[in-house]
Amino acid sequence: MTTVASPSRRQFLAGAGAIAVGFSLLGTGVAAADSAAAGSEGEGGEVRVDDPAGAPTQSWLVLTEDAITVFSGKVELGTGVQTSLTQIVVEELRLGVGDVRYVQGDTLLNVDQGLTAGSKSVQVGGVQLRQAAATAFAELSRRAAKALGVDPSKLRAADGRFTARGRTVGYAELLRTGTTVLPLDTTAPVRDPRDYVVVGTSQPRVDLPGKFDATFRFLHDIVPAGTLHGRVVRPPGRNARNPVIGNLDRAKAIDGVVAVVQQERFIGVVATSQWAAARAASPTTGITVIWDQGPALIQQADLPTALRDPANHYATVVEKDDGVAPVLAASDHVLTAQYFTPFQMHGTMGASTAVADVRPAPDPDTGIQATVWSGTQGVTALRGAIAGLLGLSPAAVRVIYEEASGCYGHDGVDDCAADAALLSQAVGAPVRVQWLRADEHGWEPYGGAQAHDMTAALGPKGITAWSHVIYAPTANSRPSAKNPGTLLAGALKGLLPDPLPATSVDSSGRNAPVTYGFPQRVEAHLIKSFETTGPASAAPSAPLTYRIPRTTAMRSLGGFSNSFANESFFDELAHAAGRDPLALRIASLPDPRAVAVCKALRDTWENRPTGGNGVGAGVAFQQYEVVNAYVATYVELHVDGATGQIHVDRVVVAHDCGLVINPNGLRNQIEGNVVQGISRALKEEVHYAGDAVTSLSWSSATPGAQYDVIRFNEVPQIRTILIDRPDQPPLGAGEPAIGTMPGAIGNAVFAATGIRFRTLPLTPDRVLAALNG
Amino acid sequence: MAMPTRAVRLNGSEVTADYESAGTGTSQASEPLLYWLRDRLDQHGPRFGCGIAQCGACTVLLDGAATRSCVRQMHTVADEADIRTLDGLAAPGGEPHPLQRAFTALQAAQCGFCANGLIMGSLAWLESRIAAGNNAVPTEQEIKDFLSGASPDNTRNYLCRCGTHTRIVAAVGAAAKEMIG
Repeated sequence: MTTVASPSRRQFLAGAGAIAVGFSLLGTGVAAADSAAAGSEGEGGEVRVDDPAGAPTQSWLVLTEDAITVFSGKVELGTGVQTSLTQIVVEELRLGVGDVRYVQGDTLLNVDQGLTAGSKSVQVGGVQLRQAAATAFAELSRRAAKALGVDPSKLRAADGRFTARGRTVGYAELLRTGTTVLPLDTTAPVRDPRDYVVVGTSQPRVDLPGKFDATFRFLHDIVPAGTLHGRVVRPPGRNARNPVIGNLDRAKAIDGVVAVVQQERFIGVVATSQWAAARAASPTTGITVIWDQGPALIQQADLPTALRDPANHYATVVEKDDGVAPVLAASDHVLTAQYFTPFQMHGTMGASTAVADVRPAPDPDTGIQATVWSGTQGVTALRGAIAGLLGLSPAAVRVIYEEASGCYGHDGVDDCAADAALLSQAVGAPVRVQWLRADEHGWEPYGGAQAHDMTAALGPKGITAWSHVIYAPTANSRPSAKNPGTLLAGALKGLLPDPLPATSVDSSGRNAPVTYGFPQRVEAHLIKSFETTGPASAAPSAPLTYRIPRTTAMRSLGGFSNSFANESFFDELAHAAGRDPLALRIASLPDPRAVAVCKALRDTWENRPTGGNGVGAGVAFQQYEVVNAYVATYVELHVDGATGQIHVDRVVVAHDCGLVINPNGLRNQIEGNVVQGISRALKEEVHYAGDAVTSLSWSSATPGAQYDVIRFNEVPQIRTILIDRPDQPPLGAGEPAIGTMPGAIGNAVFAATGIRFRTLPLTPDRVLAALNG
Repeated sequence: MAMPTRAVRLNGSEVTADYESAGTGTSQASEPLLYWLRDRLDQHGPRFGCGIAQCGACTVLLDGAATRSCVRQMHTVADEADIRTLDGLAAPGGEPHPLQRAFTALQAAQCGFCANGLIMGSLAWLESRIAAGNNAVPTEQEIKDFLSGASPDNTRNYLCRCGTHTRIVAAVGAAAKEMIG
């Protein structure tokens, strides 16, 4: 294996002979390794490939005799995507899985690859990587043809060697013959999907054995020599101000305590051990902090009304309008309904953790002054925000991605990295910060509460017009270089976050539009998360004062809530029209692939329980982001009339995400969507009072008071029907299925009970109240 | 101030390390077993998930019993206690334990952060059943109730946030079959 070491930015060592292909994982164009990218002989027979400046989206596929390495800013997020991308590479190279390794998510070694988010790693990255591998294979073939003295068309490749006319030559031998640096060749021939050997097979995940024997190293295992331990002490509420620290001497007298750090509202402690830090941060053994209470948030119980109140909107956006007003006005059969979903949290299993090493001066060789280890989805964005927070230039900050527990979007990990950076800068030593569960539950950026006003007209042939008005806070408040107040520590320091976004498109409005054939209108009212500089202003005013909890990107963004409203309302319309809900979907969908996933459920649907008596089945459909993967889901459940408890018994998902790379890995992803979707539909809600979140743990003796998530004995049988489309590009599968879950569940509850639930979560209390209603 | 010391058997080997402690008698408090194992004895299996014994990610076996090491204070761990962690679960030659093999065979993880608790918790449960002479392979429902903290011999819930539950239940069942033989 080659050792990856980089004496300066945008270079890497490529071994004694190599084929290096530059490409972009963003898919926004071909980032060519143009003439500025050159291979050159370095010291010790090693070859250095300079990644040209001005090619900001460059990744590299590097073949040497020792290793095939992908240098990528994309990061593994616990989805097994690395294995799928590997399958794509080795397929083109006619090799086996296990021959490829990744260097991922390091701002020193990779340049900006954007975010690993939104279910796009395979969809975008896979296509680019396939072409890069095909480019490399073409060069290998050229070398083999020369070595064997034959035309390239006569070559056969397998198991790391070429054969022609009874003679063979190995890849290793060919790679030793010299270094070639190539731009992505978009015309390099790729394998015919019919010849695939590795793609389309259920390769086991490369990372799992190490996760089952504790040899895999998570972010949480990174502890550089001399690292101190930090803890943060948060305000009692979002808007609390003017902290006064007491019992400082008591904290400092604890063995191992190094410092108590305060910068405005940011407070933390640093010690030589986790336990000493914990004791210094605890109000019973360490510092105590007195705060001025801040303004209350909009009361949780008032949210459905308050979200619709124009006083809480900074903008209204019409996303789409096919001219439905006249149809609605002329119809004599118009239905309306209102839906609501609450704040929900990512709830990563391992409380957010980070390590930062901020030095007093830049390293003379690398220029790096601050090194941060984080589970972030975007190393480059985090680098910029941390640089601003610390008062350094981005070039002086290195962010290294290390895998954390599954995040399902933008969770607490970026904020935790900022905490570590501030504490490290304050004490001049590396600091590891481990959040407590209450830090995570109370302060991670949540998925937003959303309200929906649905209106539609029915004609003799089905739905003739459809209107969806959403009321939603932002689904994107990721770190930004422009405003370090996008990081929690920055906001606590008194810095302001970014202005709120100008649109809901592909954010809180994701999957608000439907892909049915009838005319539709989608309007979004954008909610002021905090006080702004004027009635129609999206810019935060100082001091930052929240109206609702901070919200951001959580698995499928607004799609979960929007699809709940869409697919529940569709069911209402089908029942009102006396039509079969699945048949009406099939009749309303113009796209044959959409129809195919719905039809794949037909046998199951036709054999469903008849409904009533507390047992029922429902279906839902969506095409993710309107243009990506197609999902239709069947849910069968029963409702306990005595307790109000909903038990989901069986789920069948029909799924078309184009070319299937790894069927078993894909099924695992879909199953995860199903289970998390049930959990969010039935159980999950962030609770708060005043300006303070009160659901600070996973569970308590009072059901539902904390952030309760699904348990093992609440998980149903799950069947996945994969519709493989070898001739179609692969589409992401990390998020499409979750959006179908709340609608299918609500529709099944309606079939079981005759009651239409339009507010999530469907907790026993809520169900029982309605049953007794 | 000199720190107290604890000597235990960790995965079959005698180990000794200091631990931090404050107060005496009923007011004594000390470093959690989790930090002691991770920060002083280089164990990476047990993980900090919640720190309040609600998720199971920190599970180790203490004298054969599944123990939430995040809330177990070191002064309450006896000298000569027998501690087993995921780090030492494979046989000395590296041969994976049936639970490890089953988790891999069924690809029973997504991020894998919770795997430690699920494997070590199930290990303690299955071994104690077998030791008590119960050689019945647990049913799917028994495994689900065990992992939900809703069984007669376990009231503590195990969390998986990625939604890999059905595979985990199947893996525990497959391993149980092999362990019972």
